[in-house]
Amino acid sequence: MDALIDQLKGEIIEQLNLEDLKKEDIDNEAPLFGEGLGLDSIDALELIVLLEKNYGIKVANPADGKKIFQSIRTMAEFIEANKK
Amino acid sequence: MEYKNYINTFCSIKNGTVSIDGSISFEDKTLPAADFIKLVYKHFQISYPKFYKMDQLSRLAFVVSELILKNNPITLKNEDADIAIIIANSASSLETDEEHQRNISDKNNYFASPAVFVYTLPNILIGEIAIRNSIKGENTFFIFDKFDADFMSSYINSLLNSNKIKCCITGWVDFYENKYEAFLYTVEKEKGILSLEHTSDQLKKIYNN
Repeated sequence: MDALIDQLKGEIIEQLNLEDLKKEDIDNEAPLFGEGLGLDSIDALELIVLLEKNYGIKVANPADGKKIFQSIRTMAEFIEANKK
Repeated sequence: MEYKNYINTFCSIKNGTVSIDGSISFEDKTLPAADFIKLVYKHFQISYPKFYKMDQLSRLAFVVSELILKNNPITLKNEDADIAIIIANSASSLETDEEHQRNISDKNNYFASPAVFVYTLPNILIGEIAIRNSIKGENTFFIFDKFDADFMSSYINSLLNSNKIKCCITGWVDFYENKYEAFLYTVEKEKGILSLEHTSDQLKKIYNN
């Protein structure tokens, strides 16, 4: 799980152009949207594309996004459970 | 009745040089366009979380708008709806359009990036400046072969003289294939820092400075 979390942080920084952030700046449990990383709705779409492109996982129900993208850890857990 | 409007500050970013009101403020001719724009952002200690999410065209426009508004804060002196943003360029959003095209060119590996796609219109840069500064006035983006001082001065003077707006952020912001040029200035009905009359001849003079 730790290796996946580390990889995911790198992918998010690259995909979302978070150039001023380093992996160690991202708390595994902090909210991705709002107060935490401060991501927006376009970033949410990018994360959905990232899951499909890098892990072959489609988020079929957009309503699930809120739970999946709560934090880096919840995202990693979702990938672990659904990876093909 | 003859109306006069005034250019009160102007800024250009081109060829590795930042000039404000005709004086060189920063220079680094060693870097490619994208790196130079980032360096200007850092050098002038601009801070805006969305900056790194923008495409190169919007980053360039954003940085130059920050510099002129720092020099002449018209947003503090005017109502949001009285400020217009009128900008033109030659390459439209072609740099980002091509990036989007590359992302979707392989039918077997088709992943459009939402963050790239949202910048496939040049007027998005006006939106970025408007959001940053809560500007709600008239806005228009024109595509021309080159900066057209006759048209820009005439169009903006007409908006000002008809009392549709009280001031305007305007000029030229172009980015394509590592070539970039930004020239923005503020025009107001009232005299200010520079008080240069907003005529075509004056505009040509400061543009070619």
